[in-house]
This record gives sequence, C-alpha cells and structure tokens, in this order.
Amino acid sequence: MNLHEYQAKRLFAEHGVPIPNGEVAHTPAEAREIAERLGGVIVKAQVHTGGRGKAGGVKLGRTPAEAEAAAAAILGMDIKGYTVGKVLLDELAPGIEQEIYLAVLIDRANRRPMIMASAAGGMDIEQVAEETPEKIIKVHIEPSLGVRSYQSTYVASRMGLPKELWRDFHKLLTGLYSCFNANDASLTEINPLVITGEGKLLAVDGKMTIDDNALFRLEKVAAMRDVAEEPDAERQAREAGINFIKLDGNIGCMVNGAGLAMTTMDVTKLFGGEPANFLDIGGGAQAEQVAAALRIILSDPNVKAVLINIFGGITRGDEVAKGIVAALGQVETEVPMVVRLAGTNAEEGMAILADAEMETAVTLSDAAQKAVKLAQGDN
Amino acid sequence: MSILIDKNTRVVVSGITGREGSFHTRQMIEYGTNVVAGVTPGKGGQIFEAGDQKIPVFNTIQEAVESTNPNASMIIVPARFAVDAIYEAADAGIPFITCLTEYIPVLDMIEARAYLDAKGARLLGPNCPGLLTPGEAKIGFIPGSVAMPGPVGVVSKSGTLTYEVIDALTRLGIGQTTCVGIGGDPINGTDFIDVLKLFEADPDTEHIVMIGEIGGNAEEKAAAFIKEHVTKPVTSFIAGRTAPPGRRMGHAGAIVEGKSGTAEGKIEALRAAGVPVADNPDDIAKIVAERMGK
Ligand SMILES: Nc1ncnc2c1ncn2[C@@H]1O[C@H](COP(=O)(O)OP(=O)(O)O)[C@@H](O)[C@H]1O
Ligand SMILES: [Mg+2]
Repeated sequence: MNLHEYQAKRLFAEHGVPIPNGEVAHTPAEAREIAERLGGVIVKAQVHTGGRGKAGGVKLGRTPAEAEAAAAAILGMDIKGYTVGKVLLDELAPGIEQEIYLAVLIDRANRRPMIMASAAGGMDIEQVAEETPEKIIKVHIEPSLGVRSYQSTYVASRMGLPKELWRDFHKLLTGLYSCFNANDASLTEINPLVITGEGKLLAVDGKMTIDDNALFRLEKVAAMRDVAEEPDAERQAREAGINFIKLDGNIGCMVNGAGLAMTTMDVTKLFGGEPANFLDIGGGAQAEQVAAALRIILSDPNVKAVLINIFGGITRGDEVAKGIVAALGQVETEVPMVVRLAGTNAEEGMAILADAEMETAVTLSDAAQKAVKLAQGDN
Repeated sequence: MSILIDKNTRVVVSGITGREGSFHTRQMIEYGTNVVAGVTPGKGGQIFEAGDQKIPVFNTIQEAVESTNPNASMIIVPARFAVDAIYEAADAGIPFITCLTEYIPVLDMIEARAYLDAKGARLLGPNCPGLLTPGEAKIGFIPGSVAMPGPVGVVSKSGTLTYEVIDALTRLGIGQTTCVGIGGDPINGTDFIDVLKLFEADPDTEHIVMIGEIGGNAEEKAAAFIKEHVTKPVTSFIAGRTAPPGRRMGHAGAIVEGKSGTAEGKIEALRAAGVPVADNPDDIAKIVAERMGK
C-alpha cells in the first residue's frame, strides 16, 4: 500500500525526522486559510505518483492569494491518471543549499534492509542509477544491529556532507530506519532531503510503501488507505479477496494463481491479443469469488471477450463453473467467453457449463487464440 | 532417486487440524507420504484419522520430535502464526521445513531466514505449493494426478503454472524426479540455485525445467550458476513478459521496478547461459522432448 506524501512525512516526524510545518487542504479557500497561518508555502498535489513537480503539481504560494490560486490550479488536475483531491501546504524551506536523495528499502538479493543515498537528489533516482551509478551509495542494515554510527558517517562522508551535519544526519537516518521498521515499510524515501539556507537538514518530500501483508498489525497505517486513489474495480476486487490489476486491452482474463495469470496474459499477447486485466482468483476460490471476479471483468466497457483459464489444484473446476453460472444469472452480458478448465474436477466443471453456450478449449494456446478471435468480432 | 523427499521422509504437519491442513494432509497420506505427527497447540492428545491411519497430534513440535522422530515439517497455518511455526520447527531441529502459508510480512521473513541459516535448517517457501516426488511422497498442494516418475527435475516460483507444465510433460510421457515450488515471495528459503545444485547431484535427474517470473534477480543469479556449474540441460520459461512496471502481479515478489526484475532481462541472461526459454508454456514439454531425443 502506498501512502501520500503528507502521511509519510507525519510518520517520519514521529521518528524524529525533521519535516516542514504543513497542513492538508481540499479546497482553495481552505488553502488560503492555511497559508494565512503558515506564511509563504509550497502547494503540492497529493497523489500516489512521483514527478509531480514536472507535471505542474507543485507550485509556490508566497502569499495567501497565491496559495489559493495554486490550490485552485492543482485540485482536480490529472497527474498520470490520478485526479488530485487534496493538496499539502508546506512552509517554504528557508533557502535550499543542496538536495540529497535518501532511502531505506528492502534489498531482496541480499535479504537485508538497505540504505540508498546520493548527493544528486531531487532528480529521478532511476536516472542517476543508470547514468552515474557511482554516485549512489548503498549500505546494508543488519536488523539485529540497526543503523550504526559508522554507517551514517560512511554515507555522509561519501556524499561530501559538511562535517557539522554528520551527527544530525545519523539521528535522521536512525529515525528513518526506525520508521521503516515500525511500519513494516518496503520503502521509505526522502527525495529531496535538503540542506537549508540555515544549514539544517529538512525532509521536504516523503514517500512510503507499506507491506500489505503486515497491515493486520498496523491499525493506524491501515486506516490511512485512501480509497479515492484506488480504482473502483480494484477496490471491489481487494474486498472480495481477488488480485486484480486493470490494463488497457480488450480481453478480460480470469485465472487461478499469479504465475498462471501472468502467463495467460503473455500468451494472449503472443497470439496478437491485448489483455484487459490481470486477475488471480487465488487458491481454493469458491463460487462467490468467481462470480465477483466475472462481474469485475465485465464492468470494464473495453472488454470484448473473456478468457477463463483454471488449472485446478486446491481450486476445483466445479466450484469455478458454479461461480460462472451464478454470475451470468446476475449480469446481463453479450460478451463472448472462452473457458478452459484443467486439473481437479475439470470434467464436472465442464458438464456444469455445457448449457452456458461458451466456447471451450483444451490448452492455454487454444483458449488464447479463440479469445483473440472473439475479441476481434469474427466468431 | 529424488531430491529432498521420498517415501521414507517422516513428516510432521503444523496445522493438521485446520480446514486446509486436514484436507491436504489426507491428500498427502493418500499419495503415500509418511506423515508421522501433527501439531496444533491445545489439541495435543487427539488422533488425526486419515483412511486407516491414525496420526498422533501434539501441542508442540518439540513433543512430536520426542516421540515420532520426524525429519521434515510442513507448515499450513494462518499467516500470523506461521513465522512462529517456522522458528518452532527450526528450534526443534527439523532439518527441512516447508511453509505453504501466504501473506507473511517481509521483515519477519528477513529475520526468520537469518535464524534458519544460523541453525542450518532448510526452508522451502513461504507462499509456495510445496514439492512432490512422483510415486513416493508429496508435501503441499501439487496434485499427484498430474505427475509421473521419470528423469526431469522441475523447479518453479509459481503454483498452478507448475501443475500446467508437469501435466504437459506427463502427457508427452516424460516423467519427473522431483517437482519443487520455491514460491514467489521476495524473501524465501530455498532458491533456484539450491535446487539446481540438488538436481545436478541427483543421478536420476537428466534434464531440468526451471520456471521463473518477473521480480527480483533470482533467475539472473540462477543463469550465472547454470553457466558455471550445471552440466545437465536446462529448459526454462519466464512468466510476466507483458506485466506493466510498478504493479505487483499477485505474488509479493512479482513486480518490475524500474529496469530491474523484467522478463526480458531474465530471458536474456538464461539464453546467454545456453538455456532455451519457451515463449509459451505449452512449448516447454515439446522442447524438453526434443532435447531428450524423444
Ligand atoms: N517545503 C519546500 N520548500 C522549498 N522547496 C520545496 C519544498 N518542497 C518541495 N520543494 C521543491 O520542489 C521540488 C519538487 O517537490 P517534491 O516534493 O520533491 O515533488 P516531486 O518529487 O513529486 O516532484 C523539490 O525538489 C524542491 O526543490
Ligand atoms: Mg520528490
């Protein structure tokens, strides 16, 4: 789960990471009020995507009137497919001497949390990593030891940070790691961490991704979920226990298992089709889940054909078939479908579907080719 | 021969009395697996019946170890108890632990993995389908009906996709030594390289099928390992060529982040190591058959 910048920074602050004073506004009038209290501010779109600055989603508000105008311009703006519903107004940093990149994330390959830092902050770190990888400093954290002082010193020294700031930098980095740990983050990122005109460190941007698997023990963070940021279909899927990601094509896919679901998309594309979604109904799905999945797929007006590919193991073919029949009883649809059931109780499932007037297929290739044809309308 | 398990492997099941646990334990016993004990805290002293077999249930693995001497464990308990069950099995001295449970927090797995390494215990999973040695034994979900004994070793990150591939091999009359599902979590136990080493050393394994997916760099590392250390032919497939970057495709580990974890990178690395990579999983069995001269 991704957090908004203002949510991430508030969590940072709880762990001693210095952030600017700031408040969130939902209307231009509210923005004006806040600016009257705070003075000169920067107005920032709160959406789950980066590069807001470049997209026009970060504007100066030196006066309350300017802040109001900036908020009016940003609210409702579309940034990479996300509509801006709120803005953060942060006090302006008292001058910016330098912009630094600092993050704590999980390094899968080494199975450790890792500090990633660069004196070339503010920019897209992927680009820095590509063009000048030597400018990126990486240090692993041993969970039982935490961030040791010598590690902070190493990062600070390699970045050429002024010596006077090393102690503060260690405190900040320790705080960032403790925030990462306490909230089961997979990423905590400050880009940029600035050195202000007064020579102090200040986290002016913040990004945080939380491990969904840990939300059960993170009541406060779980409540930060912004359902407005989540497309309707993805929310419905999450609530039904289905893994769903909308894509741009016209062939709806329903599959059991993540690997097979990805493969079904790949093979569809191999035969010239475009998948409309990734959908994994999970292991041991019951009829209700299958019905919910089919409803979600059919709610996408781009879908011209549906490809159902189930390899039964824990999931049973007859349960899937019952779900399909139930869903077809609930939703009117003209969309043609291809079903391929294999594995546990596949024959029983096919028997249940015999009356449903669906195309059937024996192999995945066969199913994908039929779905591609149906989507093109020449059936 | 086989790797990791055979019909003599003595299995203790954590979560044997649960809905999923009891169902799959019965399937395993029916397949021929030697399940010697079950564990459910609070249900010690009960008997778990499967066909004509009576399996004793204990409150803790330690007690199961003291009276039934298992040498492998299967964990099939809800996510919030699973990490504890992993520590419990390792602490009781079980050398091979399979954790099927999904949704374990990553930070918990980082610590658990470090503990297991220090203990010298091998973990398979978490969030994996388990493993199966055709005609002998299975731990986990892999349906016994799709497999048959033979010379191909299968190792995979995926569940149902693996069943698909095993099924296709079997339909072409190509059996398997052992099929191993390592799972798709970002931090896990046994990885591709561990299994490749075992297949390389197993005299009965003549060919290896490796099924990867987007995310992480386990496939790239495996490719480098194959190039240096694997003399047996390997055939591969990578799922997720069409996955959009930045979106997690179901598995906690299946995500393309920037330029890392892409299917292209993995396919390229494997091909450079002399491993043919099928475009379509339906072709894997055919490629294997051809390469085996069948
Ligand atoms: N409180 C602030 N005071 C002064 N400048 C700021 C402040 N917040 C952001 N900026 C400037 O705006 C730039 C873009 O803001 P940032 O929060 O990083 O958004 P994004 O990364 O989405 O573009 C920063 O690199 C920084 O130069
Ligand atoms: Mg930024």
